[in-house]
Amino acid sequence: MIEFFSFARDVLPDLLAGVRLTILISIVALVIGFVIGLPLAVLRIHGPVWVKRLIFAYLTLFRGTPLLVQLFVVYYGLPQLGISFSRMTAAFITLGMHSSAYQAEYFRGAIAAVGAGQMRAARAIGMSRGRALRHIILPQALRLALPAWSNEMVSMIKYTAVIFLIAVPDLMGQAKMISSRMFMPVQTYILVALIYLALVGLASLALYVIDKKLSIPGLSISVKTR
Amino acid sequence: MARGWAIFSNQADRTVIHHDATPRRRSAWPARRDKRAILWWLLMLEAFRFILPGLGITVSVTLIALGLGLALGIVMGMCRAYGGMVLRSIAGVYSILVRSLPVVVIIFILFFVIAEMVDLSPFFSGAIALGVASGAYQCEIFRGAIHAVPNSQMVAARAIGMSRFKAATTIILPQAVRLALPAWANEVTLVLKDSSLVYVIGVPEIMRRAQYVSASTMEPFAAFGAAALMYLLLTLLAGRLLEKIEARMRLDI
Amino acid sequence: MTLSPILRIEKLHKQFGSLTVLKDISFTVQPSEVLVFVGPSGTGKSTLMQCLNLLAPPTSGKIWLEDQEITASGLNRNQVRRRIGMVFQEFNLFNHLTALGNVMVGMRHVRGMPKDQAKKQAVMELERVGLAAHAAKYPSQLSGGQKQRVGIARALGMNPHVMLFDEPTSALDPELTGEVLAVMKQLADDGMTMLVVTHEMGFAGEVADRIMFMDGGAIVEQAAPADFFRCPQTERARKFLSMLNQTELIDRPS
Repeated sequence: MIEFFSFARDVLPDLLAGVRLTILISIVALVIGFVIGLPLAVLRIHGPVWVKRLIFAYLTLFRGTPLLVQLFVVYYGLPQLGISFSRMTAAFITLGMHSSAYQAEYFRGAIAAVGAGQMRAARAIGMSRGRALRHIILPQALRLALPAWSNEMVSMIKYTAVIFLIAVPDLMGQAKMISSRMFMPVQTYILVALIYLALVGLASLALYVIDKKLSIPGLSISVKTR
Repeated sequence: MARGWAIFSNQADRTVIHHDATPRRRSAWPARRDKRAILWWLLMLEAFRFILPGLGITVSVTLIALGLGLALGIVMGMCRAYGGMVLRSIAGVYSILVRSLPVVVIIFILFFVIAEMVDLSPFFSGAIALGVASGAYQCEIFRGAIHAVPNSQMVAARAIGMSRFKAATTIILPQAVRLALPAWANEVTLVLKDSSLVYVIGVPEIMRRAQYVSASTMEPFAAFGAAALMYLLLTLLAGRLLEKIEARMRLDI
Repeated sequence: MTLSPILRIEKLHKQFGSLTVLKDISFTVQPSEVLVFVGPSGTGKSTLMQCLNLLAPPTSGKIWLEDQEITASGLNRNQVRRRIGMVFQEFNLFNHLTALGNVMVGMRHVRGMPKDQAKKQAVMELERVGLAAHAAKYPSQLSGGQKQRVGIARALGMNPHVMLFDEPTSALDPELTGEVLAVMKQLADDGMTMLVVTHEMGFAGEVADRIMFMDGGAIVEQAAPADFFRCPQTERARKFLSMLNQTELIDRPS
């Protein structure tokens, strides 16, 4: 046990360097997912038919294949077609697109939950569809989507765990290097597990607080806390 | 089929070295535009053929993991819903702990821990690890489903003299399982996709084989593209199958 | 000199796929007139309201609002809807905004008013419907009657020339309909042109200038309330009124 603690003290700095990268990548990928996912959700409901079909194909592709495959296709496969990315960019893009597919579904559900009556009322006072979306529908939909979205944020921290396979030095990447350097895989990964626990716990807590701050009586949001 | 440079040995030294399959040169095929399209299809088809044996492994791993996850999920779900302080805490810790960790971490930990105790192949270690991970999510699925069964069912069961345990297992659980079907169908897809992660411990499933193909033919796009297609087909097929089962067995309260 | 009609509907026809909901509807509305549409359920009254403010554009036929043909192609429908206010059966209040916010949002983002000006007018509209004290409440904190009055205030906030009411009290508990009907009566007295779909015959008798009886997607009879209720001209109107009288006797001791 004491062995474990001294081991931990030795490797912690390296691991923490990896944690910084993990957090950075999680946040950036989440934002990319949001920036892509929200318009996709809106277009799925209000766009022309051919756009809806295209989006459906995109969603099926990204939700029907494992993240790992997507990562390898982007990082190893695309260069063959002439499009090359650095490891970090490939990680951002893949994680972002992967997340956007799920976020699009959450937002679509939330927009549907807001209800058609809201759009009708907004248009009845002379708002165009665009204005109605911006001022009436989306503010409500985003709040309704908050629980699912917080889930996605927390899950993102877990998704990033595969990018070490394209040699990104995040938490897992550092862990791998340490484990091959020091040949103590069990201890290394248990330490890693503890760090992920802390990360996920803190993220969940932060989101719980944010949800409380943003809640509006009557606009039902419920956050399941651990 | 070249074995690539990834080495895994089943003996004492369990270091797993990952190789970097970055291609060094482009395909040397003629660059005629009209031939290109057909070329990609041919390449993918070839890759598909070579990856195919991995399909069986992927499906087997998935099925074992689902089975283990089901057993764990139901037991832990029942514990969380009906257990006393002790059982509830154990199940709770399991569920929260495992769901907070990335699946790769669980795979690594269990793989190395199991390796020190038993001489189990990576196939089984990986399947068990996936099963343990899935079990935590299934625990939540069944817990939710159990709560969704109206309380009146339990009341009625106890009114005819059943013990809480008997009522839970013979009256509540069968209904809960039916209620859980949509969420469970989703879990099947997730486990199928997570099975790709046993790649990291060298199991020769779809991803590992795709990587061999990519390394030996220097056609990574065709190789991983074919792998993606294979997964897509699997998830779509599984989805269809589960829809049929759901239609027959679903219970809407 | 006859005033020119504020609203003119000519041969309005509405079809949903193969289902014809409105057949050949034609009528005119004078400024400040209150038209109450009555008739059996499902005979197209709500659809007519939705056609009038172009939320569900008519399949054929023409509508003139103040001498402008609003069914002409190429017209900006959003602009038109500013002049026509609508009050819904299900209220459709914006849940993420307070009562004041609901009334203000159209003023700010459709009429482009600056915030303080919008706030001032919004407070005035809420006072008009008797809800100034509840300005800071969210829809979920209001009773049904209060919600509907906010809905009326919201529509009024756009300074409409015509107000459409689509069964405004049908979703309310009986004790709450009174407050809404009172507001509507006040509006009528203030000179607003109103088209109201309702089952509230008492209101119709008191406030309407003209009763429009609809059945099977067409206007079967139009008359002043006194004439309509005492001597209906058509068979269908008579049938409808006799059914009503039976329920009226049960629900309302005179």
